[in-house]
Amino acid sequence: MIWELIREVTLQLISGLDPETQRVVLITVLTLYMATMSTTVSSLIGIPLGAFIGMRKSQLFLLFRVFTHSLYGLPPVIAGLLVYMLLSRAGPLGPLGILFTPTSMIVAQCLLITPLITGISASAVDSLPKNIEDTARSLGANRIDLIKTMLYEARLGLFTAVMLGFGRAISEVGAVIIVGGNIKWHTQVLTTSIVLETQRGNFNYALTLGAILMLIALIISLVLTIAQKKKGSNLRSLLIKGGGKG
Amino acid sequence: MKVEVKGLSKRFEDRLALDDVGFQVPEGKITAIVGPSGSGKTTLLRIINMLDRPTKGKLVINGKDPAKNGHSQVLKKMVMVFQNPVMFNRSVIANVSYGLKVRRVDKTKVKDRSEKALERVGLGDRAGQYAPTLSAGESQRMAFARGLVLEPELMLLDEFTANLDPGNVALLEKLVMDYNKDSDSTIVLATHNLYQAKRLSHHCIFLFDGKLIEKGRTKKMFSSPKDPLTKKFLSGEIAW
Ligand SMILES: Nc1ncnc2c1ncn2[C@@H]1O[C@H](COP(=O)(O)OP(=O)(O)OP(=O)(O)O)[C@@H](O)[C@H]1O
Ligand SMILES: [Mg+2]
Repeated sequence: MIWELIREVTLQLISGLDPETQRVVLITVLTLYMATMSTTVSSLIGIPLGAFIGMRKSQLFLLFRVFTHSLYGLPPVIAGLLVYMLLSRAGPLGPLGILFTPTSMIVAQCLLITPLITGISASAVDSLPKNIEDTARSLGANRIDLIKTMLYEARLGLFTAVMLGFGRAISEVGAVIIVGGNIKWHTQVLTTSIVLETQRGNFNYALTLGAILMLIALIISLVLTIAQKKKGSNLRSLLIKGGGKG
Repeated sequence: MKVEVKGLSKRFEDRLALDDVGFQVPEGKITAIVGPSGSGKTTLLRIINMLDRPTKGKLVINGKDPAKNGHSQVLKKMVMVFQNPVMFNRSVIANVSYGLKVRRVDKTKVKDRSEKALERVGLGDRAGQYAPTLSAGESQRMAFARGLVLEPELMLLDEFTANLDPGNVALLEKLVMDYNKDSDSTIVLATHNLYQAKRLSHHCIFLFDGKLIEKGRTKKMFSSPKDPLTKKFLSGEIAW
C-alpha cells in the first residue's frame, strides 16, 4: 500500500524522462524503500532484543547470542526459500497474497538482518562500562529508565548496527530474487536487475546500476566513519552540525 | 532515613567479603567506614544501596525490609557516589541532571539545580564539556555534584576524595558537613584515610577482612580503641 503510493508519485514525478531512465529511478527508489523498511522493522525488533540480551550475563543468554551470531551467516537463498514456502499459495501465509511483492522482499530481508542488528546491539550494550548500569540505578533509574539509558549510552554501536543492516539489505540478491521474482517495474531492485542485465549482455546498464549501488554503500560507510570519529557527540549534532560537544 | 544491617555476609566465589556484619547507622549523622583495602567497605555500601544482595543477613530501612516493600521509593531517597565514578556519554550538565530527570523533576528546576550543584563543586564553567573528557579529580567532583543535587536523605560516599588535591578535598568535605547539618541527612562514607574519618565523622565503624571489629563514636574510637586490631590499624601498622 505504502509502496503503491510511493511508486505512483515517483512515476508521476519522472514521467518526462525516457523509459530506461525511469526504470533506473524506480529500481533505485524501490531498493531504498525495501532497505529502509526492512532495516526499520529489524531495528525495532533487534535493538530492544539485543539490549535485553546484552544486559544479561547468564549462560542462557550467552547461548542465545551464539545462536544469533550463527545466523549472521545464514545463506540468503535459504532465507528466500523459507519465506517463499511460507508465502506461496500453498504455504501457511499464502492467503495474504504477498509473494512477488515488495512486502515479501521486506519479510525475507528482516529474516536476514534482524539477527545482525540484534547481535551487534547486544555487543554494544554489553561493552559499556560495567558501572554505567550501577550508576544509573544508584541515581534512581527504574527498569525502564535503565533500558533507555543503556540504549542511549550505546547509541554509537546501535547506529552501527542499523547502518550495517541497511548495507546488507541493499546489497543482498539471493533472497529477494526468490521471493520478489525480479519482475520488471514491480519487484526489481538494484542487485537483481544487475543480475538480469548482465545475463542479457546489457553491461552498460548493469554498470550504471552498479555505480548507484556503490554510491549508496559509500554514503553509508562515510556516515559511519564520521560517527565513529566523533565518538561522544550525540547523533543529532553529528548529523546536523557534523559533530561537537554534548 | 533509618538504616540498619543485620548479620550481613557476602560471598564472592571462595572469598568472604563481608562476614556477619551488623550495625545501625545513626540517623542524621556522618558515619565513616574505615578499614584497609579489601576489607569490604565498597561491598557494604553497595548492599545498602541495593546494588548487590547479601548472601546472608538483611538490610532494614525505616523498619522494613526494602526488598519486600517496593524499594523503588526508598532508592529514590538515597544515592551512592562511587569510588571510581563513570560518566555517562553526555555533557557534564546532562550527567548532573540525570537523577533529577528520572525523578521527573520540573524541567526549569532541573537546569537551575544542576547548575548550582556544579558551581558548588567548582565546575560551574564546565556545564557544556563532554563528561568523559573530565580529569580524574574533575570527574570525582562531578560525581559528587551528581549525587548532591538530588538532596538525598541518605548519601553513600565511597572514597569520594581519593583523586583530589588538598584544596578540593577541603571543599568537598565542607560540602558534606554543611549538607549534613542543613538537611538532617544521613551520610555514610567509606575511606581508608583516617584523617578524613576523624575530620568528618561522628561515628566510626572499623572493618577488617570482612568483619566488623569495632564501632562507636569517632572521637572515642580514635583516642581509646578497644580492640588491639583497631589500635594497630590506627597507628598504621597494618599494611594490607
Ligand atoms: N564482584 C566481585 N567478585 C569477586 N570478588 C570481589 C568482588 N567484589 C569484591 N570482591 C572482593 O571482596 C573483597 C572486598 O572488596 P571491597 O571492594 O568491598 O573492598 P574495599 O574495602 O572497598 O577496598 P578498597 O579500599 O581497596 O576500595 C576484596 O577482596 C575483593 O577482591
Ligand atoms: Mg572500595
